[in-house]
Amino acid sequence: MLSVERIHSYYGKAHILNDLSFEVRRGEVVALLGRNGAGKSTTMKSVMQLLRPRQGQVTFQGRDLVGEPAFRVAKCGIGYVPEDRRIFTDLTVLENLEVGRQPRREDAPFWTQEQLFEIFPNLYERRANRGKHMSGGEQQMLTIARTLMGNPALLLLDEPSEGIAPVIVEQMAETIKTLKEEGLTVMISEQNLHFARAVADRAIIIEGGEKKFDGSFAELEAHPEIRDAYLSV
Amino acid sequence: MSEILRVENLRKSYDGFLAVNGVSFAVAKGELKALIGPNGAGKSTCFNMLMGQLKPSAGEVYLDGQRITGKRPREIWRRGVGRTFQITGTYQSMSVIENVQMALMSHHKRIFSIAPRAWKLYRDEAMGFLDTVSMADQADRPCSVLAYGDLKRLELAIALCHRPRLLLMDEPTAGMAPSARIELMQLVADIVRDQGVSVLFTEHDMDVVFAHAHHIMVLNRGELIADGSATEVRNNPQVQEVYLGGGTLFKEDANA
Amino acid sequence: MAFFFAQFLTGLANAAALFLVASGLSLIFGVTRIVNFAHGSFYMLGAFIGVVLMDLLPGHVGFWGAILLTGLAVGLIGALVEMVVLRPIYRAPELFQLVATFGVILVIQDLALMIWGAEDRLGPRAPGLRGVWRIFGEPVPKYDIVLIAITPVILFALWYLIARTRLGVLVRAATQDREMVGALGVNQAWLFTGVFALGSALAGLGGALQLPKGGADLLMDFNIIGAVFVVVVIGGMGSLPGAFIASVLISVLNVFGVTYLPQSTLVLMYVVMAVVLIVRPYGLLGREEVAGEHGQVGAPETPIRPYGPKGMALVAVLLALLALLPVFAEPFVLTLVVDMVVFALFAASLHFILGSGGLVSFGHAAFFGGGAYAAALLVYHTGTPMELAFLFAPLAAGLLALGIGWFCIRLTGVYFAMLTLAFSQLVWSLAFQWRSVTRGDDGLVNIWPAEWLSGDITYYYFALAFGIGGILVLRHVIHAPFGYALRAGRDSPRQAEATGIDVKRVQFAAFALAGAMAGLAGGIFVFSKGSVFPTELEIAKSFDALIVVFLGGVKTLAGGVVGAGFMTVVEDWLVRLEYWRLLLGLVIIAVVILMPEGIVGTLRTLWRRIRHSDEEAV
Repeated sequence: MLSVERIHSYYGKAHILNDLSFEVRRGEVVALLGRNGAGKSTTMKSVMQLLRPRQGQVTFQGRDLVGEPAFRVAKCGIGYVPEDRRIFTDLTVLENLEVGRQPRREDAPFWTQEQLFEIFPNLYERRANRGKHMSGGEQQMLTIARTLMGNPALLLLDEPSEGIAPVIVEQMAETIKTLKEEGLTVMISEQNLHFARAVADRAIIIEGGEKKFDGSFAELEAHPEIRDAYLSV
Repeated sequence: MSEILRVENLRKSYDGFLAVNGVSFAVAKGELKALIGPNGAGKSTCFNMLMGQLKPSAGEVYLDGQRITGKRPREIWRRGVGRTFQITGTYQSMSVIENVQMALMSHHKRIFSIAPRAWKLYRDEAMGFLDTVSMADQADRPCSVLAYGDLKRLELAIALCHRPRLLLMDEPTAGMAPSARIELMQLVADIVRDQGVSVLFTEHDMDVVFAHAHHIMVLNRGELIADGSATEVRNNPQVQEVYLGGGTLFKEDANA
Repeated sequence: MAFFFAQFLTGLANAAALFLVASGLSLIFGVTRIVNFAHGSFYMLGAFIGVVLMDLLPGHVGFWGAILLTGLAVGLIGALVEMVVLRPIYRAPELFQLVATFGVILVIQDLALMIWGAEDRLGPRAPGLRGVWRIFGEPVPKYDIVLIAITPVILFALWYLIARTRLGVLVRAATQDREMVGALGVNQAWLFTGVFALGSALAGLGGALQLPKGGADLLMDFNIIGAVFVVVVIGGMGSLPGAFIASVLISVLNVFGVTYLPQSTLVLMYVVMAVVLIVRPYGLLGREEVAGEHGQVGAPETPIRPYGPKGMALVAVLLALLALLPVFAEPFVLTLVVDMVVFALFAASLHFILGSGGLVSFGHAAFFGGGAYAAALLVYHTGTPMELAFLFAPLAAGLLALGIGWFCIRLTGVYFAMLTLAFSQLVWSLAFQWRSVTRGDDGLVNIWPAEWLSGDITYYYFALAFGIGGILVLRHVIHAPFGYALRAGRDSPRQAEATGIDVKRVQFAAFALAGAMAGLAGGIFVFSKGSVFPTELEIAKSFDALIVVFLGGVKTLAGGVVGAGFMTVVEDWLVRLEYWRLLLGLVIIAVVILMPEGIVGTLRTLWRRIRHSDEEAV
């Protein structure tokens, strides 16, 4: 569904992604693992074209994305939930959802506001509140719901467990499983291996912008040295 | 009087929303104390009120018995409180050592002098502080090229220039590699031990918190729900419910 | 009583155009974070296009149709400007965008001159609304009543658009985080263009609607922009109701001012503004704005160092050349060099607060002209000896900067910029309207240097000594602890405050020093020309300095001086052409887009690239 081939991405002069390639297949949940600074967020941004890779190809459902503006990538069916959430704090919950609203797509599950309120009941209670008056966990829910309003075929979740209470992280894991059952393809980036193992089918580990591992969690278990070398457990 | 900081019933509301709701606690002299809690629980708001960036809606803050509630940041600094920021605040257009020299110029009340060349002032003294945080070898690099962890250490050196009695550190290890986190917190622990400084810090990395803090406080929805030793806090059922969770997804095993 | 009421109604009617322009400016700023200085130009275009269309279209339908078509046309022009000029520089710091919109002002001024000529146009009367209605016995023009009725309708329509429609939600979201809106599938480029077009259309409508009460002329752009900034500052940036209230307040006051204090109409609104800002620093309904980036794109600033031996030698050679110049150069070259030195000191003083302090002042001419006027007034009214009057120039300008700074330093970013501009307009209006003291636009003449300085060559050395002396003083201060503290407050205000630096006080002192140095430049200027006119206080003068600093390079210490030298020569050559503003405007826009690091910055980058081979780690 998504194929990233040999991309190189830079922040200014800093070479962040180095010849990175991977694929995401329809219907699976893939976890992108690695330490802080390993290039996880940069990978997400490079797929989304919020950062344009200087070399390499990003293909989504047969379409080359490199050089497209971010809004067109979103229109192709990729939903992006940024690491720092970036909800619109001056807008109400309902208005935040409205910004994300896009027409129905053939190739992706369709979400109505009501369905999303069923998955995230807290949001319904706070629907008229402004974003700035919400806790971190609620903001995280809102940012996911907002992206789902765009009916994406592939969801990119950047560090969904970062900075929220462990108890909310557990809820988040349930939510991601629900999304998968609805037929959504998901790619999450994570530092928390336990969380990743709980939700994902496959792990990709990167370090210094290079891929170090790509396989099932069972394979990863079999090679504790990989885990010790590249993950902070 | 073994308390360096005492906070009484601190409150902050933003148009009707209670960000911090009646928080009281104390930090003892020579103590390394952590303030944890979910995002949006009010940790940063609390910190900003302690340091004077925000005025509390109600409540009092005492530093070593003196009331400092609502005073400006530089006034609180003058009385001996240093701070580091969650997102580092260094002077990007200066070299590493000039950042420290700047803090020393302020310490020596030379801000308004226009005669001397600034880069010649207090260079040796600044080098001493850089040495404390193991940054002496990078003294003349431009600040803008430093790695994130080094910026954090530089900030610590800046905060030490005024010989603070209390250090407030907002997420000192956020954004750092795990090995660097341990190094930095070890450095802070050494400073606490050697210089008798007290430290209050917020943190998301539970490994860091449980490994280094003498005492831990937990904030949730603007209220303090626990204040005690690591074991007490870990076994507190309310803390488990709202913050630590069942522990299934929490990498606690690392320091057990 | 009836007379009062009629006056009040006139004020309300005058508020219509002001509100339209101000709301457009506010709207554009809200989404794009660009303070569109060219907004007055769109207003002027609205007036000219309106006149043309009203001539073409007859009758009731024609008149109102012409107004709507004007709005549409100006909206399209706005969209074009946005796409060509602003799109490439949205990611650049705000100063960039401001300079670019200033380039647009110059281009539109000359285009208007080319198309419509220099003559003022009288606006046609609205058909069917020529007469007056009697209200409590007082005559009130019918057209005024119509305007009073239209304004709230537009306010309501705009409010509905922003608060209740999907477009409004998107606009508000983009105000906060453009990139995220894009990542959610909204084409924010078109959203921006749309908002810019709408804002421009509002300004165009304002220009067309005021035609029956006024007309169209080439000075409209600058004339309204001062008032619009006052309105936006009083009302609060980004607040439509605020803009409405402030427009009414200013217009009504203005009408009463004309009746009761005819000498002070221009000054009055600035006084009101000052009073409002003392009570509410972010305007009546405004909220605190987070300051944008002050700098220039490109690599981050590197630590500063005084010149090494090579640099010193270069400066010494340059100075020696200047000192020897009278031996072989023609007198007109000496005059040109004096102009250059004056401009260089003026620009260096702006560069001091802008570059090192991060304070983007749009009203620096107040101190240049203020110093010039201070010296000239002393000479003209009291016959003070020139030497004393000359020293009074920096002193008076410094004091003026203390006064203005007291209001402005509390604010940041665009608020600071607009407030400095409004205050400089206050000083300008004093010079312009207080005829008994300043002689208005006749200016003060016969202000010549003392006998012993009156020779061309003697004054050349005098100007050189004080001009270059001033620049060196500023440079020295930048390298002193005070200059470092100023940069510290710019780089990280919270760190500076948390380590005991009183950032606002440092900035206040720097602002006063910069003011005094600009005043010194004004002093050299006035005695070299022998006269001073209100033009030295105009917005355009402030912009000259800004553009020079920008051209030279904000992030380089020499930027202001080099830019001034370059600009003096270019201008000397350009003003011989008829449409020099057009050319200058295009040059400015091109530099903003193509050479964003400025002359010194670009040269430095080139130099580094050349030397890159033998320079590794840094």
